[in-house]
Amino acid sequence: MNREEILKKYEPTRENLLYILHDIQDSKNEKYLSEEDLVAVSRYLKISRSEVVGVATFYTMFSVKKRGQHIIRVCVSPPCQLMGGNTIFNYLRKTLGVKEGETTSDNMFTLESSSCLGVCAVAPAMMIDDQMFGNLTPEKIDEIITRYREKKNG
Amino acid sequence: MAKIYNLLLCAGASCISSGGYSFRDKLVEELKKHNIENMVNIVETGCVGICELGPVVIVYPDGVFYKKLKPEDAKDIVEEHLLKGRVVGRLLYKEKDSEKIVQQASQIPFFQKQLKIVLRNCGIINPESLEEYIGKDGYSALAKVLTEMKPEDVIKEIKDSGLRGRGGAGFPTGLKWELVRNSKGGEKYVICNADEGDPGAFMDRSVLEGDPFSVIEAMTIAGYAVGAKQGYIYVRAEYPLAIKRLRSAIKKAYEENLLGKNIFGQNFDFDLEIRVGAGAFVCGEETALMHSVEGQRGTPSPKPPFPADRGLFGKPTLINNVETYANVCQIILKGSKWFSSIGTEKSKGTKVFALAGAINNTGLVEVPMGTTLKEMVYEIGGGLPNDKKFKAAQIGGPSGGCIPEEYIDTPLDYESVKKLGTIIGSGGLIVMSEDTCMVDLAKYFLEFTQDESCGKCPSCRIGTKKMLEILNRISKGRAKVEELDLLIHLGEQISKTALCGLGQTAPNPVLSTLKYFKDEYLEHINEKKCRAGVCFKKKK
Ligand SMILES: Cc1cc2nc3c(=O)[nH]c(=O)nc-3n(C[C@H](O)[C@H](O)[C@H](O)COP(=O)(O)O)c2cc1C
Ligand code: FES
Repeated sequence: MNREEILKKYEPTRENLLYILHDIQDSKNEKYLSEEDLVAVSRYLKISRSEVVGVATFYTMFSVKKRGQHIIRVCVSPPCQLMGGNTIFNYLRKTLGVKEGETTSDNMFTLESSSCLGVCAVAPAMMIDDQMFGNLTPEKIDEIITRYREKKNG
Repeated sequence: MAKIYNLLLCAGASCISSGGYSFRDKLVEELKKHNIENMVNIVETGCVGICELGPVVIVYPDGVFYKKLKPEDAKDIVEEHLLKGRVVGRLLYKEKDSEKIVQQASQIPFFQKQLKIVLRNCGIINPESLEEYIGKDGYSALAKVLTEMKPEDVIKEIKDSGLRGRGGAGFPTGLKWELVRNSKGGEKYVICNADEGDPGAFMDRSVLEGDPFSVIEAMTIAGYAVGAKQGYIYVRAEYPLAIKRLRSAIKKAYEENLLGKNIFGQNFDFDLEIRVGAGAFVCGEETALMHSVEGQRGTPSPKPPFPADRGLFGKPTLINNVETYANVCQIILKGSKWFSSIGTEKSKGTKVFALAGAINNTGLVEVPMGTTLKEMVYEIGGGLPNDKKFKAAQIGGPSGGCIPEEYIDTPLDYESVKKLGTIIGSGGLIVMSEDTCMVDLAKYFLEFTQDESCGKCPSCRIGTKKMLEILNRISKGRAKVEELDLLIHLGEQISKTALCGLGQTAPNPVLSTLKYFKDEYLEHINEKKCRAGVCFKKKK
């Protein structure tokens, strides 16, 4: 769906702002909200651009910077930290060759941190887009990353 | 051919994250291979609770419980159990000490100690099937309410039950309903708070994934009781599976006229919509949540006015937590007397706890209020891995504090826990062994609140930062003893002056660890020693 189609899906009321931003962001390869997106949304809802920017920058899941095709969100909340979350985060940084908030050179992954993902019973955990992964170990991460890369090539 | 076996496959987020669907796919493949798909009914249920052992399957009619399943295990279950009736021994649960093999789910101590009201259907029914929900008395409570009870009767029943809010503060639910009912001003709203952001809490996710209709039915009852025609469920975006199941459940409820106009043919309308967050912990705070539903930045507002007077879109609003709602239908059906016979004098009913950290059986458990921490850790939780020594449990997430070993006999209810300076909160229970450094723990929690502070009020924005700086210095051995007093002073000031609950409670994990583990703080400062061996590690 393109931006116009997404907008048309919703009544032009302020209440729908978060849904619209989610949908537009998800529809794009770079998983972000561009200046044009923000302006288009503000016109559609008849609110100022700065109101839209205010919302888009308040919530951690929205990005106004280009990102990779898949967003990796590693849980850094206490229960995961106590179970070795830091090691997992460092391993991902090393494996992907990026720092937090950066995108891999092939634009495949953006590495982000997240607060508790609600699967603390299988800590340490991370999410890739809508998929949850728990009981993480370096080996498991290798396996998961390889699977995503193969899916792209295969 | 008639179905001979029912396979209950846990499809909660934890089991899926540890490979539940790979197992399922292989299972289906094996069933096809042996041409017995028609004999076997695979039911994908919500969370069974014992996430540590996931992915899990319970095979009925025998009730055999299989754990930690890998795709390769599907072959044995099909060829041995389903075809030959021979239980696959190596996949059964073994008791920790006695090594006794337990075949039946109902005989595992983890399940035996529990009393399930909120989680009664989780792991038992297919969460997306309205028929199965109805088969478990679903929608009888709404039918009773709409045909036999006046709104005032419903409120009285909830009040008499003694139910208190499970979202953290423990406010009496019936009283809240009454305040909203009596509040003047035409339109009213009902909201379900499913933002569940407390680190260590995942009970609301499991209820929504495992039994979404119970929350929808309860919200409809609440709408009738307070006089609202419109409801919203605000779910955090980190819970895509819960959102998917809720969507499907709402759609089915509309199809059967259990939502919408003239429900049950009565003169009562109720509409329900989902709103999805976008990653902001503070949106769990009720005023912030309502701003977010309106499409605004999710920052909190000062109270009063309370939501019951002026809430969503400036109208009287009832807001309750997922678990609070999940109790409602059972109270209506079984009566307030039954409910108030469970629990302690002032804390009625059950509480769902999420066990995480250094404990063998991580997962979800529901127990009567007043169950002791000791029973929780050793009997239900199966003790600590590698027989480590229990040091403390953090309860109440970032707004709570810890309960040290000397108080392990404390009953878990609102009052007893409060006496120790912490709260039940949303029910996250993080168990810690001697390998956890309490300074480090306090630091993690403060990092969390500092990170999630919305920045609106300075005492939270700057105050928590100052506290964190001191903690960082302590954990590096660079702090002075006087700074402990400063830490306490800062904490007390922030509690008094912050705008919302986030800031007001942010110092709690620090103050609580300082109260019970001051020695450890002093060791860090004076001797540059960390007895858990966590701080002062040499950088590689
Ligand atoms: C910072 C903060 C975060 C909160 N997060 C949640 C939450 O995730 N879920 C929830 O039900 N209540 C949360 N609350 C409590 C709500 O403000 C509110 O009290 C609750 O939803 C009322 O429902 P109850 O009476 O059924 O508990 C939070 C409060 C604060 C101050
Ligand atoms: S703390 Fe990581 S999932 Fe809850």
